[in-house]
Amino acid sequence: MAVEHPAATSPGDQTRIHNIGYRAYDGPRLGRSYATRSLYSQSLRGAYGLGRSVKSKVLPMLLFVVMCVPAAIMVAVAVATKAKDLPVDYTRYAVIMQAVISLYVASQAPQSVSRDLRFKTVPLYFSRPIETADYVRAKFAALASALFILTAAPLVVLYAGALLAKLDFADQTKGFAQGLVSVALLSLLFAGLGLVIASVTPRRGFGIAAVIAVLTITYGAVSTLQAIADAQDAGDSIAWMGLFSPITLIDGLQSAFLGATSAFPGGVGPTNGEGVVYVLVTLGLIAACYGLLMRRYRKVGL
Amino acid sequence: MTTGVAQVTTVDDVTVIATESLSKRFPRVTALDRLSVDVGPGVTGLVGANGAGKSTLIKILLGLSPATEGRAEVLGLDVATKGGDIRERVGYMPEHDCLPPDVSATEFVVHMARMSGLPPTAARERTADTLRHVGLYEERYRPIGGYSTGMKQRVKLAQALVHDPQLVFLDEPTNGLDPVGRDEMLGLIRRIYTDFGISVLVTSHLLGELERTCDHVVVVDGGKLLRSSSTTDFTQTTTTIAIEVTDTDAHPDGTRAVRDALHARGVELLEGGAGLPGAGHVLLLTAQGEETYDLVRDVVADLGIGLVRMEQRRHHISEVFTDGDAQQDTQRKEAVGHGG
Repeated sequence: MAVEHPAATSPGDQTRIHNIGYRAYDGPRLGRSYATRSLYSQSLRGAYGLGRSVKSKVLPMLLFVVMCVPAAIMVAVAVATKAKDLPVDYTRYAVIMQAVISLYVASQAPQSVSRDLRFKTVPLYFSRPIETADYVRAKFAALASALFILTAAPLVVLYAGALLAKLDFADQTKGFAQGLVSVALLSLLFAGLGLVIASVTPRRGFGIAAVIAVLTITYGAVSTLQAIADAQDAGDSIAWMGLFSPITLIDGLQSAFLGATSAFPGGVGPTNGEGVVYVLVTLGLIAACYGLLMRRYRKVGL
Repeated sequence: MTTGVAQVTTVDDVTVIATESLSKRFPRVTALDRLSVDVGPGVTGLVGANGAGKSTLIKILLGLSPATEGRAEVLGLDVATKGGDIRERVGYMPEHDCLPPDVSATEFVVHMARMSGLPPTAARERTADTLRHVGLYEERYRPIGGYSTGMKQRVKLAQALVHDPQLVFLDEPTNGLDPVGRDEMLGLIRRIYTDFGISVLVTSHLLGELERTCDHVVVVDGGKLLRSSSTTDFTQTTTTIAIEVTDTDAHPDGTRAVRDALHARGVELLEGGAGLPGAGHVLLLTAQGEETYDLVRDVVADLGIGLVRMEQRRHHISEVFTDGDAQQDTQRKEAVGHGG
């Protein structure tokens, strides 16, 4: 209803806003790669609840502690009993703790991407200098880094403990390095799978359930079939079955090339020839996840 | 690290947006049909019914969706090849909700400032400034989930302004606001240009609310340009003044007395006003300029009665577009908009 009289705009707050005066920004604009890095660091911090509410810090921090405590106990035992070797191989640790890792992916992948979809924040990103590929790369890299921190931290604890217990340095360093390569691959694979599944649904709950389902059901099915095959002495097929679940994929890969003892029934991992297939499948899956994410976000747009 | 694109000067007569027979066809619908329009600095309204192609046009102008044919430039940059540079110096406020509820306005806008390329310190300073300019104070530290619609709209506006763009696209910024909130938002939009020096392209399906705010209005319908002209062009002839007066002992029917007095001075009063608040006591007349206001003031003063109100009624922008069914539609929609 008000008639526009520029000289006498409504009093009170409005006038106070005017009087502050607008200052233009003529500082640097750091562009696309800086924006991508900012998104990466924000997502990585977010994966541990940093910069978010106290409530959202609880689960990731708890899982991080749960992940590290067994390593600390093993180290304590090794030091106290003056053991000749650590109770668990570096490469084996992630396989043993796979439930914790799965839970972490299931909880953090949806928070990373489903939120942006659900609250339709994605258009705000794409109305800025970054492109679809930058968004996907930043999110993928952030979750993979978060997973790497989660899985590598206990290895660092084990390695530090091993050095404290004055175990063989060369031996331990080699095992540690192999373990790091293994968890790096695991982080990329799990992050990719988690993000692809989570990016399909804007509902966080569905995302969590779907990620857990994919990771645990495939593992359950594969290990059951492997056990049956083992019982029926069909040992040859055990190795091939391992290709069909993420964690057995990593397990097979590292027992073929990273000096790990396999967790497969019968303790027989894939041969080197089979191992090549494991490597190809793992890398192929990671690439496929990246490709699917790119396709997904090309559609989301504005 | 700054991108090496020449700073576009904001001298008058520089074209901020230019499109040339811009078309966008989807498999089953033509969203834009050979749209050619030039937009200069200032506040420009983009009016059209829902589905008229407004949002499609914004997407193309942001370089996010390729045009089927034709070309477009924003701030002198081609949308087909310079999308990234355009998006660095342009702000965008979407029509829909786009705010996560679990972070505070400050955190959110800081993040968005960094996504626009502002260094961390500058992002924080600009966020504090911008939130204050849009009228958010202490509440900016609380999670957005608890905000009212009006406050959320302000946060959405702040994220579009935080990197000090040269141009902002505001998609239906008054959607869902009550009349007071709507007026405040329109005032804010006006200030974005007058105080901040940022050109504005604002869309709405309500013609009426844009005329008060915009320097220029572009009307699209079915993806076609219906009209593009300065608001003064088509509101001058239709500016209507509504006046309401009191009754006194000398003039038991003040309204009639003013009507007669004005009539005696040769001022024609308009029919209508029925259905408006205070109908029967409201006189409508066409303003010929400043003199008309003075005349009314003098007439009322001479009669010794009180002037309750005298205000502009410029809700008639739609009357300018009275040919064709499409415009009828728009008008009807506007009537609904005002009624609701």
